[in-house]
Amino acid sequence: MQLARVEGTVVATTRSPGLEGIKFLLVQPLDRDLKPRGDHVVAADAVQMAGPGELVYIVGAREAAQALPNTFVPVDHSIVGIVDAVEDIRS
Amino acid sequence: MKIGRVAGTVVSTISAPVFQGRRLLLCELVQPDGAATGDYLIAVDVVDSGAGETVLIIDEGNSARQIVGLDPAPIRAVVVGVVDDIDVG
Repeated sequence: MQLARVEGTVVATTRSPGLEGIKFLLVQPLDRDLKPRGDHVVAADAVQMAGPGELVYIVGAREAAQALPNTFVPVDHSIVGIVDAVEDIRS
Repeated sequence: MKIGRVAGTVVSTISAPVFQGRRLLLCELVQPDGAATGDYLIAVDVVDSGAGETVLIIDEGNSARQIVGLDPAPIRAVVVGVVDDIDVG
């Protein structure tokens, strides 16, 4: 799982079957210092509470779809938690 | 499996059910000599590992689900061991 910042919402009326009712958010993956790293991805909001500006963690690959009510859907990134705090214990 | 070092904890109240009541660790990935690779993973801890410890992380969904005993579940990375020593060569 990786940290990411929600930067926006993605509206897509025409969808593949199984994707109905899923909220898509535009997220920017972050490094461990919370700086942007890599390209934006569109992630399904599995916690149904994430919104723009929030720090979240995302899961990629096949596991992303397993966060959703119907697990056999074409989704490759999901938001699986909203981060309250990252407590760094680096020496 | 990957080798990591425990660098922090991630606190999350709102999360997928599989993460509730579990400890989430921010682990930086390291090379065998202990040097950081620059990558990191957020992993569920099942071995009570501590700050700064070198750990073994599995980053594969089927194994992760088997460890937490929940399927389906959107989980991939789990800290499954604490490394005592790495002997190269």
